[in-house]
Amino acid sequence: MVRYVIRRLLWAVVLFIAVTLLTFIMFYVIPVNPAAMVAGKAATPAMIKQVTHDLYLDRPLYVQYGHFMKELVWNHSLGYSYGNRQSVNSIIEKAAPVTAAVVFGGAILWLLVAIPVGIYSALRPRSKGDRVAMVGVLAGISAHPVWVGYMLSLIVGYKLNLLPIQGYCNLRGASAGQSCGGPYDWFMHMLLPWITFAILYSAFYVRMIRSSVMETLNEDYVRTARAKGAPERTVIRRHALRNAMLPVVTMLGMDIALALGGAVFVEIVFGLPGLGYWAIQSVFTFDLPIVIGTVIFASIMVIIFNLLIDLLYAVIDPRIRLA
Amino acid sequence: MPLLDVKDLKTYFRTDDGIVHAVDGVSFSVEKGKTLAIVGESGCGKSVTCMTIMGLNAKRNTITEGQAIFKDRDLLKIDPDELRKIRGNEISMIFQDPMTSLNPVYTIGAQLREAVQLHENVSKQVANSRSVEMLKAVAIPRAETRMDDYPHQFSGGMRQRVMIAMALVNNPDLLIADEPTTALDVTTQAQILKLMNQLQRDFGSAIILVTHDLGVVAETADDVMVMYAAKAVEKGGYEDIFYRPEHPYTWGLLGSLPRLVAEGADLKPIPGTPPSLLQPPSGCRFHLRCTYAFSPCVPDVPELLPVGGESASDHAVACHLEPEFRRRESHDLLHEVMAEQQV
Repeated sequence: MVRYVIRRLLWAVVLFIAVTLLTFIMFYVIPVNPAAMVAGKAATPAMIKQVTHDLYLDRPLYVQYGHFMKELVWNHSLGYSYGNRQSVNSIIEKAAPVTAAVVFGGAILWLLVAIPVGIYSALRPRSKGDRVAMVGVLAGISAHPVWVGYMLSLIVGYKLNLLPIQGYCNLRGASAGQSCGGPYDWFMHMLLPWITFAILYSAFYVRMIRSSVMETLNEDYVRTARAKGAPERTVIRRHALRNAMLPVVTMLGMDIALALGGAVFVEIVFGLPGLGYWAIQSVFTFDLPIVIGTVIFASIMVIIFNLLIDLLYAVIDPRIRLA
Repeated sequence: MPLLDVKDLKTYFRTDDGIVHAVDGVSFSVEKGKTLAIVGESGCGKSVTCMTIMGLNAKRNTITEGQAIFKDRDLLKIDPDELRKIRGNEISMIFQDPMTSLNPVYTIGAQLREAVQLHENVSKQVANSRSVEMLKAVAIPRAETRMDDYPHQFSGGMRQRVMIAMALVNNPDLLIADEPTTALDVTTQAQILKLMNQLQRDFGSAIILVTHDLGVVAETADDVMVMYAAKAVEKGGYEDIFYRPEHPYTWGLLGSLPRLVAEGADLKPIPGTPPSLLQPPSGCRFHLRCTYAFSPCVPDVPELLPVGGESASDHAVACHLEPEFRRRESHDLLHEVMAEQQV
């Protein structure tokens, strides 16, 4: 088990280097002169040259990467925004909780829907309930989250006036310049984003859980459990579900990690200042440090979550431990 | 009175293509402490027969008829919960593929203890000690420590031993073994069969042994039922089937056994393939592949009737051929086999 963890951790380091290097290259070869933007509209060529030097942009790529990595690893700094000179760290610090709220809340919601529905469908395939669920799945997968988000805003928020449709409220109470705050406001503002986010994913997960459970129910060891005289509830809960949840756990790790990098659509539709929101804004203004910052943050999240999932996997599936 | 008495058992499956007649009127009985072997090709209904007795077919698309009387209870009609209490306790089952029959995420100890505790309200310690004892009985070395191992840490033969231990841990009256040695190599097969024979002597369980391997039958069976296309074609004591077989299909099975004979002698397969059970052939279901088939075989279904003669009274065969002719052919076939053996 210890060796397994060490091997996974070493892999995570390798992955991290590969991802940062790739991102760095991709964004720094884009033919835009960031120095000109930093220096401002009225800058003289001399000023631009000075800024280029200050930003390390006149050095070879590997020196730039070295400097960037040094800053990142030693000073834990992702650099400063070209646009407003804010540190990227502080931007991500503010944006990450917003995205985390969207993603984790959404994930809880989609699992609350998908697990019972998926299992129900698997236990009664072709039943009326299963057919309804499958139609729902098709609709959920087909409807784009942007459309779903705007429709929910329009109907639930605007026409029925039940829920707020824009903005984010701090969970811990209103900060300066904000009109809302506290758990209640936070929750109400998050409801529509969560629902929007959960519709697509719960559709995917119902389908996946359904097929996984159905497959597991056909396994020989499930037959063995029945032959032992286990009641059907025990057969399903103890013998089928634990095995059926293995692929679900993997997918969940991947999906949460990816979404943490920016639940872009949901954040844009509901005006939530999360990572995806910032990433998109920065792409439009060529504010490369923020773009790189969010991408790297997302990659780190993917790596961490994969690691967590791998470890969790080893707990659930004993075959992994020795492999 | 037999331990299990099955009468006119029918199991049909509803499928998208129509109704599959997987078992079509099979009767047999198992005596206390005896072994009944059910023999036949793949898809002839042997396994389904066992699954039906155990009530393990998916309820949704299965139609079951007939009787299976076990200790004054009809297994096909009793309450599902009642049947569940019998399963794994009074009747146990082991399966063909030991590699996949154990749950990969639980230790074998947990799975053995579960088998005990599902049927008896005993503490974990008691369940544990009984499980360890059983593992020792099936000759698993270092039984105490191996309780904490997972199935993937065992070889195929060892897993089948674990399955047998799990099946016998509640000391059942009847053990149904569905091709228990098919997935194992020949030496392991021999060990497992020896173990089953020995455990049967020690524990006194009756066994229904499903197999397509006549070698396995020869080593273990007291009685034999030969099935073809969802029906029993011949039934009898082990000696009747091996020394006085009367059905052309049984002849074919015996004739197709590989033997140590003179160089160049070919295996003798039964020509053709088993018929579809969606629309079984009319009359005797073997007539399409039978070299002896004549006019009545096509329209008339032969009844399973006692053969009489020197055979035991429970030797029965379903064939339209003249008894005299069958006996002569059987005799000749046996001679042929003997002669080959002596080359």
